[in-house]
Amino acid sequence: MSTALLQLQNLTKNYGALRVTDDVSFTVEPGELHAIIGPNGAGKTTLIHQISGHARPDSGQILFDDHDITDLSMAARAQRGLVRSFQITSILPRFSALENVALAAQARAGSSFRFLGNAAEEPELNDIAMGLLTRFGLGARAHIPAGQMSHGEKRQLEIAIALAAKPKLLLLDEPLAGTSRDESQRLINILQELRKELPIILIEHDMDAVFALADRVSVLVYGRIIACGSPQNIRDNAEVRAAYLGEEAA
Amino acid sequence: MNNLVDLDAAPALATPTRARRTRILPVIIFAAFALVPLALLLGPQSYVLAVVTRIMILALGAMSLDLLIGYGAMISFGHAAFVGLGAYSVAILASHGITDGFVQLAVALATSLIFALFTGAISLRTKGVYFIMITLAFGQMLFFLTTSLAAYGGDDGLTLAARSTFFSLKFMKNDLAMYYVTFGTLLGAYLLLRAIVASRFGRVLRGIRENPVRMEAIGFAPYRYQLTAYVIAGLIAGGSGFLLANQTEFVSPAYTAWQRSGELIFVLVLGGLGSLHGAILGAAAFTLLADILSHYTENWAMIFGPILILVVLFVRGGINGLFGGKP
Repeated sequence: MSTALLQLQNLTKNYGALRVTDDVSFTVEPGELHAIIGPNGAGKTTLIHQISGHARPDSGQILFDDHDITDLSMAARAQRGLVRSFQITSILPRFSALENVALAAQARAGSSFRFLGNAAEEPELNDIAMGLLTRFGLGARAHIPAGQMSHGEKRQLEIAIALAAKPKLLLLDEPLAGTSRDESQRLINILQELRKELPIILIEHDMDAVFALADRVSVLVYGRIIACGSPQNIRDNAEVRAAYLGEEAA
Repeated sequence: MNNLVDLDAAPALATPTRARRTRILPVIIFAAFALVPLALLLGPQSYVLAVVTRIMILALGAMSLDLLIGYGAMISFGHAAFVGLGAYSVAILASHGITDGFVQLAVALATSLIFALFTGAISLRTKGVYFIMITLAFGQMLFFLTTSLAAYGGDDGLTLAARSTFFSLKFMKNDLAMYYVTFGTLLGAYLLLRAIVASRFGRVLRGIRENPVRMEAIGFAPYRYQLTAYVIAGLIAGGSGFLLANQTEFVSPAYTAWQRSGELIFVLVLGGLGSLHGAILGAAAFTLLADILSHYTENWAMIFGPILILVVLFVRGGINGLFGGKP
């Protein structure tokens, strides 16, 4: 079997007459940060929805760890180690930051069909959560309701939540969206660290970030991958520049 | 998913004093219930004892519904069906001469379990308004089934030949015993639900209430947790039906009607969602108000409507909110 951790084979999805994913195939190799870029409306988020199980492709296959996961739910994929973040911040606003992360740890720590015992006081879950929060500089904010954190903090919290679910592959959907310059720099530093630890699919608008972080870049335009290669390769690609800058393809 | 429950009504973080008050309030409530019979030693007691027993039975049903609405954002509009199942289990068995409380209770819980699994498995495939409507439909199905039970009184209902016996003892005949059995059940259910809500399972349930997609993304499939909660709530409501039949010594299709399901929601909103003991406050306020108002007018229900509207508009968190409790 192949060595790729994740393999998309000819994914296609239509919304009515609109083809939002058009015969997309690519792989994510172990240890790789694979970025997906593309203009607005190119179908990046739809693609990540299909990879994560939030939406189903009309045709095509998704292989993860050599298993066909095309028909698995998002929860089942997360249990297998395919964990995503969201473009629009998705947290549990009334739970403390600590509990947000502890819940993700709980998802991986045995059965949650336990009806007795105070979950909020389980040290093994809280220790994992506190460790991750501290790592991201959120230790002092652990007991604040997540809904009251700043936008940048919430973005970091989301990554901490995803990590607590022990991913084998992390899908990040525009982690820098809406962050200030400072916040984004902090997140980029975090991602620099993470890419050494686990493979990542990164969807991002911030080209500087993408070119600084990615091992490989795929360019999605109108649901199609028009180019895939090293950042340098993509930067020099005429078709890509046409798609982004609106030039006639040379 | 289900924006029909106002999740932001709660103050985000309890201050220490408020948290302490929230913990003390349930203790006061249960202490009061425990002492009611003593206070009545001096006066005319059977009527008051019956009213307070009724309050506790209503509170038990509403509290079980709180697990669904307050903690799970599943607005079931057919919860009275379980109360009816519990009550009819007692009455039908008693009409055949089976008055053993353990047998009756086992049947009440078994039928509630089956009904909850069956209706929950289907209802929980829907969300929001559709969930409300489908639970309502299942509740009404049971209502019409009970009206068609000609052998068991049909529309008219069925009078209980005798209250349940335990170990062949007829102690439930005694209103005071009936009172304390109800009290014990309510206390037990309260402690059980409190533990469940704080447990791993309960935390998942609360997480699903806040953001189901986030929960799926970290690996929790909401359906299994919601169905389990639905079954637990159904079992407790079935138990309240067992007590209700014994207390009133009568069952009728009205027990399962949608108005009763609405009443349970009313009680819950009045008392305060998502606190468990709010259900008790709501049940007490509801029962006493109805009792008092009915002395003055037949149309007391018409006064209830505006009261609920005022509570929803001005008292976030219901009566429990007035006491500074947080959901």
